[in-house]
Amino acid sequence: MNDRSETAISTRGVTRDFPAGQDIITVLHGIDLDIRAGELTFLVGESGSGKTTLISIMCGILWPTLGDVKVFGTDIYDLTDTELVNFRLQNIGFIFQQYNLIPSIDAAANAAVPLIAQGMKVDQARERAKLLLDKLNILDQADKLPSQLSGGQQQRVAIARALVHEPRLVVCDEPTAALDAKSGRRVMDLLREVGVAEDRSVIIVTHDNRIFDLADRILVLEDGRITHDGTEMPADH
Amino acid sequence: MLWIAIRMLTGDTTKFYGLLFGIAFSTLLITQQLTIFLNLLNLGAAGVYNNGNGEVFVMDSVSVTADVTYPMPATALDRVRSVEGVEWAVPQLRSAAAVRTIQGDLEQVVIVGVDDSTFIGMPRRLIEGNNTVLAQPDTVIIDDVGSTRMFPGLDPVGQQLELNDQRAVVRGIADTIPGFASTAVLYTTYSRALRYVPGTRNRLSLIVASPVDGISPAELVSRIENQTGLKAETREEFTDAGIQYIIDNTGIPFNFGITVALGFIVGVAIVGLTFSLFIRDNIKQFGALKAIGVTNGAIKHMVAAQAAMVGLIGYGLGLVGTIGSLYAFSSNPFFKGFFIPWQVPLISLAAVIIILVLTALIALRSVLNTEPAAVFR
Repeated sequence: MNDRSETAISTRGVTRDFPAGQDIITVLHGIDLDIRAGELTFLVGESGSGKTTLISIMCGILWPTLGDVKVFGTDIYDLTDTELVNFRLQNIGFIFQQYNLIPSIDAAANAAVPLIAQGMKVDQARERAKLLLDKLNILDQADKLPSQLSGGQQQRVAIARALVHEPRLVVCDEPTAALDAKSGRRVMDLLREVGVAEDRSVIIVTHDNRIFDLADRILVLEDGRITHDGTEMPADH
Repeated sequence: MLWIAIRMLTGDTTKFYGLLFGIAFSTLLITQQLTIFLNLLNLGAAGVYNNGNGEVFVMDSVSVTADVTYPMPATALDRVRSVEGVEWAVPQLRSAAAVRTIQGDLEQVVIVGVDDSTFIGMPRRLIEGNNTVLAQPDTVIIDDVGSTRMFPGLDPVGQQLELNDQRAVVRGIADTIPGFASTAVLYTTYSRALRYVPGTRNRLSLIVASPVDGISPAELVSRIENQTGLKAETREEFTDAGIQYIIDNTGIPFNFGITVALGFIVGVAIVGLTFSLFIRDNIKQFGALKAIGVTNGAIKHMVAAQAAMVGLIGYGLGLVGTIGSLYAFSSNPFFKGFFIPWQVPLISLAAVIIILVLTALIALRSVLNTEPAAVFR
């Protein structure tokens, strides 16, 4: 951890309610949190603890009911819709649990999607994506469709897509859930290698206890509240 | 992003071909049926089109079309000729008759008697022979479509017919547009037609006239009606009357209307269902794109590009199918002269656009309503 690192994400009093029939359920209760750049942060919690809601709010795809969220100093919910979408495109990379690759375009094109969305020409974007696929050791799979790739290879394409536009924040949802222990650790090594830097941060939502030792910081969420903040998992978990 | 949109569409081959089939089938059904409908209506005016000359047609006040006439007395011709502004006016007799061919077959025909001296009332072009053969005894000139029906595989010229118990010899073939009933038409002189078609005291079906220079057909029509009490129409009015008669007295508009409507409904159903399935299958990918930072505007453009591509290719295929089907039927004499009016492809294009806009809007709703946060669930 570097004390001089800037704050990647800062949340103040983040609360989120969801309607449930006649009732209102509060999923997050006034979360105050600072996540520094240069860290690999794990967000851990049981199902229904609110971690997906918190991660969605932190990366600007779900509005909080109350509270402020700053990502690298930008109060993202003060932005207009278009500005927020553009902010995500420029600054945030996503790795989804289901990968959500586009089935009819090859691995290189899938990895290049954020660059294409930014307006780069397809050929140019594919070439840039291939550099990252090379780094992830799947350049030889660049011209294959997702259906022709193994689960691990698809995961790497998803990682390449999250990193290709060099975002400052990478958000991963259960990146190792579908992988064996060895592959899971390799993916985490890759994420640390290519995603974590002095001015970048990676947040991982997980409940995979096989990889807890790889975290720089672990946040435990229970019933919508942060109950633990440290470099290791608490003994009672 | 349009590149991705097109690849998403073409990558799902089953749905892509399903969408193309839906649009092509709708286009084919709408274009082909509208084309046949309009050409069928046009056949109602064949009697006018096949009259090579004359800008004004005069008839009894109750007559409706060239084929639905109430005979006038012979003196009507003199009354019309006496109207100032008439350059010439000639008689025409149109009547049904029964014919026995040399092979012994019975055929219903239409006899058209044209002016004995000028042959005005004959079609513009003959395929075989010329109008002067009408001066020879017992001569009739048969229309080309009718000749293929009456003399299949034979040369009609020189063939003898028994026409109401009298001899007739075919000495020419006229290039005509077939009538609505596809009955063979035998052209002969007016005086000979009177002999071939015995009937009532009044036999004059139509008077074909032309105005002198400086007088419009519409003005001459007005003068003739005012001075003779007969009904007169310009060539355009008489053409429209023939078409309107078909519309008013047959179930054709209703039947073709149902087919065209079915084409539209089938298009909406197939394309709507397939497009909705395509969007539903890709909803996670669209959600991921939205999370990554693709704007709703860009998503709309993607769906529009997909719809446009399907529409363009499907419409083209449908149009080619229509042309192909008309070409395939072109050897059938009944379809002689059939063409695709320029308005028809525009109408089917408009229908395709409506189908695609409707279905794309429905499909787009689910994409736009998808929250990006859904991809984490």
